[in-house]
Amino acid sequence: MTRRLRWGRTGWNLIALAVLVVMVFPVYWMVSTAFQPTDEINDLTPSWFPAHPTLQHFRDAIDRPYFWNSVVNSVTIVGVTVAISIVLAFLAAVALAKFRFSGRKVFIVGLIGIQMLPQVGLIIPLYVVLSRYQLTKNEYVLFGVIITYMTFALPFAVWTLRGFLLNIPKELEEAAMVDGSSRLGAFVRILLPLVAPGLVATSVFVFITSWNEFIFAYVLLSDQSKQTVTVWLSAFYGTSRQVDWGGLMAGSVLAAIPVLVFFGFVQRKIAFGLTAGAVKG
Amino acid sequence: MKRDAPVAIPYHAAAAAGAMSLPSRRRRRFPWAAYGLILPVVVAIGVILAYPIYQLVRLSFERYGLFELVRHSGHWIGLHNYGSVLHDSVFWDTVLRTVVFTIANVGLTIGLGTLIALLLVRISPIVRVLLTMGLVLVWSMPVVVAVQVFYWMTNFENGVLNYILTKLQLGDFINHDWYASTFSSLSMVTLLIVWGALPFVVVTVYAGLAQVPNELVEAARVDGAGPLRTFRDVTLPVLKPILLILTSLSIIWDFGVFAQPYLLIGSSHIDATNYLMGVYVYIKGYGNHDFGLGAAISLLMLVMVAAMSVFYVRQMVKAGDVE
Repeated sequence: MTRRLRWGRTGWNLIALAVLVVMVFPVYWMVSTAFQPTDEINDLTPSWFPAHPTLQHFRDAIDRPYFWNSVVNSVTIVGVTVAISIVLAFLAAVALAKFRFSGRKVFIVGLIGIQMLPQVGLIIPLYVVLSRYQLTKNEYVLFGVIITYMTFALPFAVWTLRGFLLNIPKELEEAAMVDGSSRLGAFVRILLPLVAPGLVATSVFVFITSWNEFIFAYVLLSDQSKQTVTVWLSAFYGTSRQVDWGGLMAGSVLAAIPVLVFFGFVQRKIAFGLTAGAVKG
Repeated sequence: MKRDAPVAIPYHAAAAAGAMSLPSRRRRRFPWAAYGLILPVVVAIGVILAYPIYQLVRLSFERYGLFELVRHSGHWIGLHNYGSVLHDSVFWDTVLRTVVFTIANVGLTIGLGTLIALLLVRISPIVRVLLTMGLVLVWSMPVVVAVQVFYWMTNFENGVLNYILTKLQLGDFINHDWYASTFSSLSMVTLLIVWGALPFVVVTVYAGLAQVPNELVEAARVDGAGPLRTFRDVTLPVLKPILLILTSLSIIWDFGVFAQPYLLIGSSHIDATNYLMGVYVYIKGYGNHDFGLGAAISLLMLVMVAAMSVFYVRQMVKAGDVE
């Protein structure tokens, strides 16, 4: 019996390792290609790992036109989106988690419903409205993009922060008030430190979603000097027949690194938070 | 792009209920504070969403091309845009293709995701940690990056996919062009989408599996139930709510997908034979500068998605609200 069990587990482990290889291979292949010299890449027999690693493709990618422009644009757009959406969303999340008021249910349904709207269905009205207020003009277009990013950042941030706030035991808050703190004092000294990890996690997720966003940026940022990193990467090979695969993969690695770093950081917290309610709900 | 936009699934309803029972004294004293707190978000959503959606409805009844875009006002033409969309066979072909595409993608995502989650339970801790780390790595890949990697792996000149398939003796795939036919290019898009969506599904279902009572599984086994029977009668009922939420989310995301088909198939191969709804809306409305027609298509698409999300939103409100 135990022997059969052990063999069974070995079998499952082997299957799991096969799944792991298949899933991770594209990521490995991206990194591996990015470090291979061009003649190795273009060889009809692929090299499974970079035997003569080179940083040339990274230099090429960084030296391509508009790389640094796009990094600055992405950082600007993402930074402002995160800052505005977290502040506004935190206020609304406090209202949702700590108060009862009429219209609350409508507000919640609205928040969940908005997150279900396909973004591609919104590009036309957003484009037309923004152009009406001159926000597609080159000087203001980054601001226009930030506005469109709010359409997904705000509902998500409100809903997630509300969840983090609800997880704080109200006894803590009440204890502070009994000890003579005002409601605001209790809020600043008890609630804020407790919700800080939630604020960080939510900010990181808004950061990642905005950094990865493609369609709004693609539609609104027609001028190359204004494009974000994802649009820069999507236009990498343009119309040329001979694709610079090494450069493309190096560019991909560069675009993925910020997300990778932040994602590894908060993944556990969010994955748990996201699923905790759905199981029993 | 919605796949990597995490959607918050409500927390434990009981925790919510606990935090909600405030003393009635305060409830009566502070309602204005609540309205003050949500006001900024309500105003922001009104400006960035409600107004554009009102404009979307209006645009769909107007002729609105580049000329009108410069003049900032459209020309009322009634139901004309709807008439031309609904009489366009490309529209109906696209709807049908998108439905089939969505069913295939959602089926594969949920099916494979559940299988991998079940696998996670059965393997040694070290392998489990490795597989989880691999899944998180895949999860964190930006969509546009994933598209470029798949494009490189599947290109016909020296893509590694053709090489591997040929080496495995599955046929001669040297210089095989995956983007030459509709079915095969949409299959590549499916591969990309399922690959990217699996980590979220696996992690979520795996968390759900932790809720399955071990005693029940044991009891079923003692009573002589095989693994399939145990899964169907013990595990599945516990997983059902989570699978329903994941399925409706996936349907909504895959139905409106844009970046993956648009970028992977590429502008040189995109045409009426391989449109999905997202690509169709983009090309008809924005690409052809016919914003009125595009608005009509967008609205039809939003109505279809709204119909599909009614179930999901109800489920969420039930789980997340406390009233």
